[in-house]
Amino acid sequence: VKEQGQLRVTLFITCYNDTLFPETGQAVVRLLERLGHEVVFPLDQTCCGQMHYNTGYQREAVPLMRRFVQTFKDAETVCIPSSSCMAMIRDHYPKMAEESGDAALIRDVETLLPRLYELSELLVKKLGLEDVGAYYAHRVTYHASCHSLRSLHLNDLPLRLLRKVRGIDLVELPNVDRCCGFGGTFAVKNGDVSAAMLAEKMKDVENTTAEVCTAVDNSCLMHIFGGLHRSRTGVKTVHLAQILASSEAEGEA
Amino acid sequence: MTVRVGESAEAPSFQQAALPLLDDAQLRKNVRHATDVIQRKRGIVVGEVPDWQELRSAASAIKRHTMAHLDSYLTQFEERFTAAGGQVHWASDADEANRIVLDLVKQYYVEKNGGKEVIKIKTMTSDETGLNKALEAGGVVPYETDLAELIIQLGHDKPSHIVVPALHKNRAQIREIFLREMGLKELGNRPEDLAAAARSFLREKFLRVKVGVSGANFLIAETGGVCIVESEGNGRMCLTMPEVLISIAGIEKVIPSFQDLEVFLQLLPRSATGERMNPYNSIWTGTHKGDGPKHFHIVLMDNGRTNILADTEARQTLHCIRCAACLNTCPVYRQTGGHAYGSSYAGPIGAIFTPQVLKMEHAQSLPYASSLCGACYEVCPVKINIPEVLIHLRGRVVREQKSGMDPEALGMKAMAAVFASRTRFEAAQRMARVGQWPVVSKGWVRHLPGMLGQWTAVRDLKAIPEQPFRAWWKERAKKQEAQG
Repeated sequence: VKEQGQLRVTLFITCYNDTLFPETGQAVVRLLERLGHEVVFPLDQTCCGQMHYNTGYQREAVPLMRRFVQTFKDAETVCIPSSSCMAMIRDHYPKMAEESGDAALIRDVETLLPRLYELSELLVKKLGLEDVGAYYAHRVTYHASCHSLRSLHLNDLPLRLLRKVRGIDLVELPNVDRCCGFGGTFAVKNGDVSAAMLAEKMKDVENTTAEVCTAVDNSCLMHIFGGLHRSRTGVKTVHLAQILASSEAEGEA
Repeated sequence: MTVRVGESAEAPSFQQAALPLLDDAQLRKNVRHATDVIQRKRGIVVGEVPDWQELRSAASAIKRHTMAHLDSYLTQFEERFTAAGGQVHWASDADEANRIVLDLVKQYYVEKNGGKEVIKIKTMTSDETGLNKALEAGGVVPYETDLAELIIQLGHDKPSHIVVPALHKNRAQIREIFLREMGLKELGNRPEDLAAAARSFLREKFLRVKVGVSGANFLIAETGGVCIVESEGNGRMCLTMPEVLISIAGIEKVIPSFQDLEVFLQLLPRSATGERMNPYNSIWTGTHKGDGPKHFHIVLMDNGRTNILADTEARQTLHCIRCAACLNTCPVYRQTGGHAYGSSYAGPIGAIFTPQVLKMEHAQSLPYASSLCGACYEVCPVKINIPEVLIHLRGRVVREQKSGMDPEALGMKAMAAVFASRTRFEAAQRMARVGQWPVVSKGWVRHLPGMLGQWTAVRDLKAIPEQPFRAWWKERAKKQEAQG
């Protein structure tokens, strides 16, 4: 029996977080459970199809959309701790479903979309929270991912959450709206231009003298950290979920 | 029909073209500086307009409507333009447009028995057709009169930006070009020194040359009028001084009514140069006795545009009003400047326009010259969803250009098969973790083979961790179950 206000949150961890960043998923679970919500994780989930769709393999992305919809269509609230996957689903699934001509699929996508939340949307918009009881005693700068800014229009949602974290020394990142140069397959198809973009982003991050760069998307962070680590800057990247899941009692997530 | 966009047919891929540009420290500094300045100005004057978003929507609606009825608006324009005393010529491609212009110039000078010269106000459409080359081959000397185009012409260079073609050059470089090409003994390096040199060089041409060639920002179907906006007044000279005026315009430049300018003349200058209004807004309709050119011709050119029109997903490409706001905000353009795009049209709009009219060719690299960051869509005054069109064109590259045996295509198909099944996905996770040992050292990947080597060229990659999230979840569930 659920208590009043308690949600049953179905987690879509995303394929790359599942494989490469399990600590982010664990932090989401820890955070939501600490806030009194139930987390469920359907093991049939795989990938939203973003990489295929954005690289030009739109046909291959369709079965992945169908799989996603099948897996999550009965969930009451879905949390997606990745702004680009959330944007893929919100921006492209309706059109993809429309093009399939499958009336049931079109309807399922339409009814599922309002129940999907990127992590900071879930916390601030759905749960009305800014203070999640986190403690994180580090100098942190926030990188706004392109999808968080220009697709999901999260605006300052992640910053509102960060400002309420105890012990944090939050410093503003200059040129926060500028792409880090990842862009999925862009980073390998146009590796040299991507590297030039990354160099500018790294300079901005280092100039803040932050120890930690955070974001709502591990794909940008993988890119930024890839450069920061190669240059041995000593600056690390941490997903927002891990900062919010950290607490004085439990330590860092 | 041979469609051409500048010299793009011979251009290398974006990736290849970008390499020497990335190494050009001066060029990169110039591009960063210029785009930062324009963007700052744009931000201020856009911020002043409370109904900016409504204006964008209005512009988008006008353009959508116009494209849906392009045939009738073009016919209406032809009718009104002719009634006002002008003559319309239709060109299916770049070569035909060039031939029409050259014939008109020759015809005029044969009548006058004079030297064959034309003065030009900046027209990207004529860069698209390679008009200058065609004129020179026909024995006609073209003089660019737009300051930036003059710099490009004298420097034997190519434009790198739709609005500011010489954006990649700084003042010192421009001074050197002027000194050398104008045969000057000395020249100061203040902006007014350079402007004065250009003025005296050009003034003599304005007074002497009797044929002008222009582009067009808007063709007004309702009145048959042609509208050009500019900052220097050199365009105004080209439009009013010569006896013959020949304008070239893509067929997408038509708008239904004079009143539509209300929307576009608010959006365009603010987006393009960060000005509230262009210093010179010229609208001229037909010919008038004792005032302006005696003969007025317009060449309406297709050059691949009807192919774009036929693709309902990509048709919005034709809504472009050539403000270049997408270039100025683009983080990719910021690094390379415009020459990497191998086309008259650089930046995000070039990356969607060029590959469509050129049937891909070299241009198939262009839809990938973007990180899909969306900054272009955000600033576009007519709301062209450039990222969406880029993705659509990537789909066309994959479907039309890639064979089934292409390594990327095979890889993508294999990945799709993996993601289609939980068992295969979990097996792939295990295999990747176990199979990564040859490239992992102390928890890090510092060198990857093949295409992925592009990543490790400047970036490390953390090794795939021992336990994926789902394994942790299953383990936890088991523990919880055991604890009851």
